[in-house]
Amino acid sequence: MALLEVKNLSVVYGKGTPFEKAAVQNVNFSIESGEFIGVIGHTGSGKSTLIQTLNGLIKPTDGQVLLEGRDIWKEPKKIRAVRFKVGMVFQYPENQLFEETVLKDISFGPGNMGLTAAEIEKRARNAAKFVGLPDALLEKSPFELSGGEKRRVAIAGVIAMDPDVLILDEPTAGLDPAGRDVLLSQLLSYHAQRHNTILLVSHSMEDVARVADRVLVMNESHLEMLDKTANVFAQDQRLEQIGLKVPQITKIMSILKSDGYPVETVLTMEQAVTQLLSLVNKGGAAV
Amino acid sequence: MMRDVTLGQYFPGKSPIHKLDPRIKIVLTIALIVYVFLARNFVSLGFLVATVFIVLLMSGVPLKLYFKSIKGVIFIVIFTSILNLFYGTGEPLITLFGFMTITWNGICNAIFISVRIISLILFSSVLTFTTSPTELTDALERILKPLKVFHVKVHEIAMMMTIALRFVPTLLEETDKIMSAQKARGADMESGGLMQRIKALIPVLIPLFVSSFRRAYDLAMAMECRCYHGGEGRTKMKVLHMGGRDVVACICAAFVLTAILLINGMMPVQL
Repeated sequence: MALLEVKNLSVVYGKGTPFEKAAVQNVNFSIESGEFIGVIGHTGSGKSTLIQTLNGLIKPTDGQVLLEGRDIWKEPKKIRAVRFKVGMVFQYPENQLFEETVLKDISFGPGNMGLTAAEIEKRARNAAKFVGLPDALLEKSPFELSGGEKRRVAIAGVIAMDPDVLILDEPTAGLDPAGRDVLLSQLLSYHAQRHNTILLVSHSMEDVARVADRVLVMNESHLEMLDKTANVFAQDQRLEQIGLKVPQITKIMSILKSDGYPVETVLTMEQAVTQLLSLVNKGGAAV
Repeated sequence: MMRDVTLGQYFPGKSPIHKLDPRIKIVLTIALIVYVFLARNFVSLGFLVATVFIVLLMSGVPLKLYFKSIKGVIFIVIFTSILNLFYGTGEPLITLFGFMTITWNGICNAIFISVRIISLILFSSVLTFTTSPTELTDALERILKPLKVFHVKVHEIAMMMTIALRFVPTLLEETDKIMSAQKARGADMESGGLMQRIKALIPVLIPLFVSSFRRAYDLAMAMECRCYHGGEGRTKMKVLHMGGRDVVACICAAFVLTAILLINGMMPVQL
């Protein structure tokens, strides 16, 4: 059974008014436990709305969201339990910090779950470790930290709830290149240790190509593709039609391929280097 | 839910009322509100209601929007008219439970008060629906200019109002976002007693304060970068002009005033 399943999901804003607008239309997909999914789409394609339906922040106008086979809206009163299982990190999450100390802020989520004080602190410290926050920062006020550190505190605040599904909406937006790399590697190692399901929304194709097992593409409120990362990025023409791009290195290799060189679709620089080196070593560079 | 607040919502259009000079519109709105309290018998009140409807129709704003703006105060209207119903003087018509009496005077009071409140709201809605916030503050700045004699900082007040109005939707959106973010962390804002609900607001209010201050600093910086230094010697991008249309509007208003006073004088006064 799939961990998360979406059936005929539609979300319409302002239904019955002249401003009616369908943000998500008839979307179907399912996600298995332990997958790392990249979510891409042009601005306004409905990806933000889609991910917010997954933890019950937006109620679908039509269709169902099934978590472990159960409709999450079957008992609206228990929707909070769903939110503890499906953690969500919003865009620019550093704007949500409010507590006196970093540790207290990270504890807000687990605190709402009704755990014991000892368990809350354990989870908060663990989460801080996952995102690489040094112990020295935990007793500081979150407002004294730098932008990148604040972001990590906010992400830790969601990880501390130990969700089975973690959704991140552009967690690397506005970070410097080094900050992005560090954050992504931490996410990958968190995923490797915890084996939970992660959905990463991103505008950076390079980031998605680096971390995702499968990629979900949204276009004009419809689900355009959901396939293995390599298969999705092999369709560079279709992606460009809908206002997206493929990673630069993928593009270069696909041009080489269409020029007749015996290379495969690649997603990262390392893969490209291996392929090109073997090509050069074979002496088959000239066709 | 936060997004459908209609308070002071501008509805762009090209009706004769939209095109009036905003200064005239403010003055006339105040005048009409005064008229509401001048009408003292049923005929003049009826005349006033007719005026309200003509103005509403002329504004070209869908009547649905006006209904929405009344819906917000309907509770106050019902509450005050019920109170008035029982506080009339004179011969009791009906007696309830032995001590609550309804008199003819009380019924009149109730009708007058509800019609007055509703027309008041409608007139001010016409102003806010047909005038953009910038026009409004511009006009207000001009109207309040004489107060400069008393060292009132008219331009600064107008600028603060413009900025405040401009940031209302932004702050609402921000509140929505922060609330979602805290709900995603399991914050419970829909249940519990009063104290619990107030406590549940802290995680929303603090980030909202922090971001408001940040926005204020950013805005101040941006204004300074564009050499803003207060109202002195500042010219307007859109200079307000009064035209024939405005004169006609004033004449109409004067006509309504005369009519109401005449009707009041010629017919028995109800209140």
